[in-house]
Amino acid sequence: MAELKPYAWLKPGVFIGCLVPLALMIADAARGQLGADPVAIALNRLGLLALITLVASLAATPARLVLGWAWPLRLRRMLGLFAFFYAFLHFTVYLAIDQGFDLAAIVKDVTERKFITVGFAAFMVLVPLAATSPLRVRRMLGPKRWQRLHRLVYLAGALAALHFIWRVKRDLTEPSMYAAIIGALLLARVLYRKTRPARPAAE
Amino acid sequence: MARHDVTPRDVRTRYSAGMSRRAEPSREITPEGLYVRRREWLKNAALTVATAGGVGGGLLSLLGDSARPRVDEAPNAPAPTSLEPASRSVMLDPKVDPQTSFDAITTYNNFYELGLDKADPAENAGSLRLRPWTVTVDGLCHKPTTFDIDQIVSGFALEERVYRMRCVEAWSMVIPWLGFSLAELLKRVEPTSQAKYVAFTTLLDPTQLPGQKRSALDWPYVEGLRIDEAMHPLTLLALGLYGKTLLGQNGAPIRLVVPWKYGFKGIKSVVRIELVDHLPKTTWNDAAPDEYGFYANVNPEVDHPRWSQRTERRIGEIERRITLPYNGYGEEVASLYRGLDLRRNF
Repeated sequence: MAELKPYAWLKPGVFIGCLVPLALMIADAARGQLGADPVAIALNRLGLLALITLVASLAATPARLVLGWAWPLRLRRMLGLFAFFYAFLHFTVYLAIDQGFDLAAIVKDVTERKFITVGFAAFMVLVPLAATSPLRVRRMLGPKRWQRLHRLVYLAGALAALHFIWRVKRDLTEPSMYAAIIGALLLARVLYRKTRPARPAAE
Repeated sequence: MARHDVTPRDVRTRYSAGMSRRAEPSREITPEGLYVRRREWLKNAALTVATAGGVGGGLLSLLGDSARPRVDEAPNAPAPTSLEPASRSVMLDPKVDPQTSFDAITTYNNFYELGLDKADPAENAGSLRLRPWTVTVDGLCHKPTTFDIDQIVSGFALEERVYRMRCVEAWSMVIPWLGFSLAELLKRVEPTSQAKYVAFTTLLDPTQLPGQKRSALDWPYVEGLRIDEAMHPLTLLALGLYGKTLLGQNGAPIRLVVPWKYGFKGIKSVVRIELVDHLPKTTWNDAAPDEYGFYANVNPEVDHPRWSQRTERRIGEIERRITLPYNGYGEEVASLYRGLDLRRNF
């Protein structure tokens, strides 16, 4: 911090960028231009946005460990909250529009269909992480407990990737790509922890 | 991490602190501090916009095809010509089952040979050459024949039939097909008494159907029916829809329509129909036998392992509809399956 290097544009830029697909989707939906099956399109896009932002937030720590980049860490919390935000919208569209609040059908889906079970589990894992993201709550928990809790984000990522893999009818290329990235990020973290046990404490 | 963050306000205070040290007497010139501040502000604004554009554009490209559900017309697809039916049998109440729009029927398709996303077939259909085209009908019959497609168009009395189409993915449409009963064609080749099943094959030509370059499924696409299903009057060979010849994405120039079965039974762009004595291989059953059966009769009681078949979304509607046994054609076809365990033979 010796020299003033503001990067003041980084966070707002990424923030606005993360909202661009949502804004376009709402505009398309309002004009009836969301395709022949707008509910399916909305579900697919919101789900994929949740997964992408989750992967991006997962990449922040390995980026510092492996590449020595510090700037992605400033985005980590925001990206994680975006993942929760899009997962929430994805779940809400499923609940309210796709199923029309048919609770019996939803309970059956969540308990009987494994791709929905893991998707629901991924969302449930994200809830406590989002709830403990405010600085005040984080301080209340203390860094140790907070970090232990937030390691669950890898579980959420794995569940989300599995949800995508099990959802796809035939071509597994795209979901496998996300699963591979999540695996690689986790691996990078584990390996770097082992080779460099005395890693800096501050984040 | 938060304490490393530098907000625009921090930037402003820094620069105003600097400004106060060197006061500018002249009012004509913009004070240097203000100038620097403004320049910094502009730079930040530009970088914010650039970052937002980059991130937004990156996300949109990762969303890929789902981000552009609207379809551009296939560049070199032949325009459909009008096709006049000799008779019309509108079998559905338009108040209960209004016809799905032509736009939706021609832009929302599962035809993996022309791309895996719903919008792909309409964009890629231009590579499919519809003439010359022949359909070979052979196997266990007395008069095996190779029909030219124009011979078929002029040789059979075309009917308009409005059918419900229920996809195994739990969406549905109502489509005014133009075609004739498959039975009419089969009668011309005179099946022998050994013919127990009918096997259908789609064109195999990766230059015309570029999806066949990828091994998403085992090409060519094949389908099959029991002979009594094939001879049932509801089973249609379609040449058109909405009063026009079929477009490539809908399975031009000729396709099968079996309204009481899931849509994947309706094989597209057919080149061969063979009468056989054994259960024929069918593509989706071969790819995932626990998910797609040979019969594939629409049945709300038997769920797909990954989703429920109890309800469906009619394209163009938001609220789901209750799925009917045999897609609502039970009165006509249920007798074909008397004594058959439908849970096992899904």
